[in-house]
Order: sequence, then C-alpha cells, then structure tokens
Amino acid sequence: MNMLEVKHLSIAFGGLKAVDDFTVEIEKGRLYGLIGPNGAGKTTVFNLLTGVYKPDSGKIILDGQDITGKSTIGINMAGIARTFQNIRLFRDLSVLDNVKAGLHNHYQYSTIEGILRLPRYFKMEKAMNERVMELLKVFDLESEYDTKASNLPYGKQRKLEIARAMATEPKLLLLDEPAAGMNPNETAELMETIRFVRDHFDMTILLIEHDMKLVSGICERLTVLNFGQVLTQGETSEVLNDRRVITAYLGE
Amino acid sequence: MNKKTKKGLLDNFMTYGIVILAWVIVQVLIGTGNITNQMKGLLVPLCVYVILAVSLNLVVGISGELSLGHAGFMCVGAFAGAFFTKVSADTIPSLQVRFVIAILIGAVVAGVFGILIGIPVLRLRGDYLAIVTLAFGEIIKNILNIVYIGVDETGIKFALEKKSNLGLSESGQCIIEGAKGIAKTPKASTFTAGIILVLLTLFIVQNLIRSRSGRAIMAIRDNRIAAESIGLNITKYKLMAFSISAALAGVAGVLYAHNLASLAAEKFDYNMSILILVYVVLGGIGNISGSIIAAVVLTMLPELLRGLNDYRMLIYAIVLIVMMILNASPGAIAARERLMERFRKKKEAV
Repeated sequence: MNMLEVKHLSIAFGGLKAVDDFTVEIEKGRLYGLIGPNGAGKTTVFNLLTGVYKPDSGKIILDGQDITGKSTIGINMAGIARTFQNIRLFRDLSVLDNVKAGLHNHYQYSTIEGILRLPRYFKMEKAMNERVMELLKVFDLESEYDTKASNLPYGKQRKLEIARAMATEPKLLLLDEPAAGMNPNETAELMETIRFVRDHFDMTILLIEHDMKLVSGICERLTVLNFGQVLTQGETSEVLNDRRVITAYLGE
Repeated sequence: MNKKTKKGLLDNFMTYGIVILAWVIVQVLIGTGNITNQMKGLLVPLCVYVILAVSLNLVVGISGELSLGHAGFMCVGAFAGAFFTKVSADTIPSLQVRFVIAILIGAVVAGVFGILIGIPVLRLRGDYLAIVTLAFGEIIKNILNIVYIGVDETGIKFALEKKSNLGLSESGQCIIEGAKGIAKTPKASTFTAGIILVLLTLFIVQNLIRSRSGRAIMAIRDNRIAAESIGLNITKYKLMAFSISAALAGVAGVLYAHNLASLAAEKFDYNMSILILVYVVLGGIGNISGSIIAAVVLTMLPELLRGLNDYRMLIYAIVLIVMMILNASPGAIAARERLMERFRKKKEAV
C-alpha cells in the first residue's frame, strides 16, 4: 500500500518552474531519498508537501486521503511532520518543552483548566511528560531533558528536531538534509537513528540529502530532481549508477 | 522530572511569598506610623504599575511582540470600570461590591478591545507591529477625549464633541465629559485590594506560562515556522496572549481610576506605555519577578530621593543605566549565572 502518492505536482514562481510535474509513490515503511543538485527544487517539494506553498496543479494523497491545498496545520494533523535544513528549534525552551510542544494536539486541556490548575491539567501534563521521556530515550536525549535547546551540541539538536516531529505522531516523516554540517561520526550515528526510527515506529520516511554515503547507506529507493523535473527514480544502486544522474551532479 | 515541576512551583510560590511579605511589611509600617504620607499615596500606584508591567511582559517577553499601546487598554479598562461605579451608585449601595464588579467589567471590556485590535495588528511583525500598537493606543486616548456619555431617566446617552449634543434632561447627569473625563470617581482602591489583584495577575500569568497554551505561545515566539509545522495555531495563541494582557491592563486601569479624584484620558498617552515598557525591559524581558522589582524600584525611587532634591533625576538616570547593564550586558549575565551556580552548589552541599 502506498503511504504517499504525489501526482503531477507543479509550482511556478513568476516565470521559474520550481517544481514541474513531480510524481512519486512511496510505500508504507519505506526509507525514500530525494536527491539532486543545488537548486533542483527539493526543498520546494517539501514545502509543497507540508502546505507552506500551494501547488499550481497536481495532487498529494497521504494514506488514501487527499491533502492537496490544506494548511500547514491541517497537513500536520493529517500526518506529515518535518525537520528543517537549517535547524529550527524553540531555542529558549528546554528539550522537554520542545518535544512537549509537539504533543500539543494530542494531549488537550483548555487554557482555563491550565490557569486554574484543575485535575485534568495535572493528569495531562503527567501523561505528556511520560510520553516525552519515552521519545527522548529513543533519541538518547533523556539525560538532557532540562537543557535549553540552544545549548545542545549540533548533532543532538538535529536529533531533538526529529524527536519533536515524531511527537506529532506522523504517518510520514520528512527530513530535510538531516546530515548537513555533521562530521562522519555524527552522520554514522544519525544513520543508525533514522533506521531505528523507521523500524521502531514503522515509519515512512522521505529525506533530502547531499551526503551520498548516507543516501546509499540507508535509502531504499531514490528520486532524482534536476531543474524542477524528475530525472529518474528507482532502486538506490541503479539510480546512483545512472549516467544521467552523474552528469547532473558533475556535468559532462 | 518531578524535580523540575517542583522547581517551577517553588519559583511561583517565591514570587507570591515576596508580594505577601511586602504587604505585611507595609501594614506593620502603617500600624507603627513609620510611613510618610507621600509614601502612602504611592502604594496603590505601585500595585497598578506592577500589574501593568507583568501583563505587558506577557506580550513582550512571552509572546515576543513589542507592543507600545498598553496604556490604551489601561485607559479603556479605567473608563469602563469608573463609568460603572458612577452609574450604579444608586442601584448598588456597597462601594466594595461595585468596585469588584467594576474590575470584572474593566477586564472584559479591555480584553474585548485586545481581541478587536489584536486581529489586525497581529498580522504584522516586529517594528511594524510596535508602530501600529502605538497608534492604536493614541487613537483610544483621543477618542475618549471627545466622548460624552450621560444618563437620565430615559437611559444612557452617547454623543461626540459637545456636552449639549447629549440632550440630557434636567435631572440627567453627564458622566464621561470629554477631555475632562470622569469627575469625582469614588475612591475605592486600597493597598490590600491592589495586592490581591497583583497576586491574581501573577497567578494567571505564571500558570498560563507553565501550561499547554503558554508553551505554545513561547514556541511560536521562538520559531514561527517550526511551530506551524507541528500544528500550532499561530493566530489563536498570539491573540490569546495579547487579549489576556489587555484584560489585565484593564484591571490595572480600574484600580488606577478608583485611586484618583478625577479621571482624564490625557494621562494614558504614549509616555505611560513607554514607562511600562521601561519596567519590562529593565526587569528583564520574559522575567516576571524582574518586572515586579523594576516597577517597584522605579516607582519608589523618585519618592525615596525626595531629600536629595537636586540630584533626584540624576540618580534615577544612573539607576536606569546600572539596571540596564546588569540585565543586558553579556558579562554581567555570565557573572550572575556563576553566582547563582555557586549558591546552588552550596545549598546542595548542605
């Protein structure tokens, strides 16, 4: 069964066709890679999938549900969570509160209940804390729950961002260059984490990445974008040996 | 985990404790007659400014939007509250009861204004938002400057520009009289009432910050795009912070109005808004107890320095600069944190 089906997605900024007729199908539980040279439109695809931009044409179907044109919030509620190329954490909040914010729509109590500290407040906060600590354990962050997010080392900030996205209980996780700026050791650890998230949560993951070691190491299938269009898609090993892909990256 | 929530609770109770302690000290001073009349006159304004500073901190520090129109909401609350106590003078004999209802009315009216003004204003960001809130504050003040409201046997009448436009009957009474405002507001505000309202404000703001909604407000402040990506409703939470802050400013306004002999819109100009902002900035943006300390110190200072008449404003300026350095310079912050760390370690050793 397909978790995500994208059909003929296009968007133009003025005269520039940033994404042109983008089509992809991702099976449930897949680790799927989206690669391409700089400016190919990879992040624009993510922004279209998460409702930051509205597509000019095309359809996005998540788990059988048409989510084309929904708001960012609506799409998150429908089940897509993402991380960002340049880390976007809630800098001044603790690690705990960062992930708790991700639980916002799953553990509800009203503002009044919060201000008056009614029993539901304590019950929900306790349940949230327990859930967050479970998640933090998965990402090996539980000892740092009280640290301010901006004080975490770079690699852990990346992990925290994934943890926060996972807190929204998504069906599909989008990772935008998760290994950007990481050293080889951190990248290796990240690969483990991503694989673990997929296996542990039975998650479908779509990731953008430039680090070919990571891409060939964990992605099962790839789509290559060039100038907004799909150059080729298929099994990772086949795609990476495709002449056209090598030409797109390195030139003739 | 438990340690953290306990630490938060402890911080909350510390603030309440300090406020209650201040009340006890003042009561003792009054009882023993060790307090000057000027000082006594400052007690209610002190509470007013503390409430204003804490409520503005909710917008500036917690929600991260620079608002320069806080005096506008205070003004709306003050007029709504004072109007009620005057109008209902015959129907509700007890001034205390009227005062309590007036506070509720002031809060609701100012809160509604907060929502109405918040809807267009919160579409803007940063400097633009600050400028527009400044404008709204001035608009409120200027409109109240030309409004005439009176009552006679036919009911409440409303007019602009001239008292004669009201067309009141012989027995009618003009309550809000344009630039003159409301004359002879009943003097219902006491220091104890002020302290209760301060505690109430602290209760609302501190509990809000440590709840699900407060977390959403701070998450949006720290990163709007990420907040949206995890499903937080930006408009809802920005508006919530803005209107709760406005309602609390309204409460401060009612308290302020019932401490004066007459109430004029003139007083709620941008100088007042900036003064409140000074408390917030000096106390540390986002730091609730800091706002309280700054409001208290800066309100008391000119009075305490009355003896040094010539140097009064000089010392006031120096205190402003020193507080600024202590709060904002990276070196001073680092030193303060080191001191706190040492203090904590010592406590753990014991």
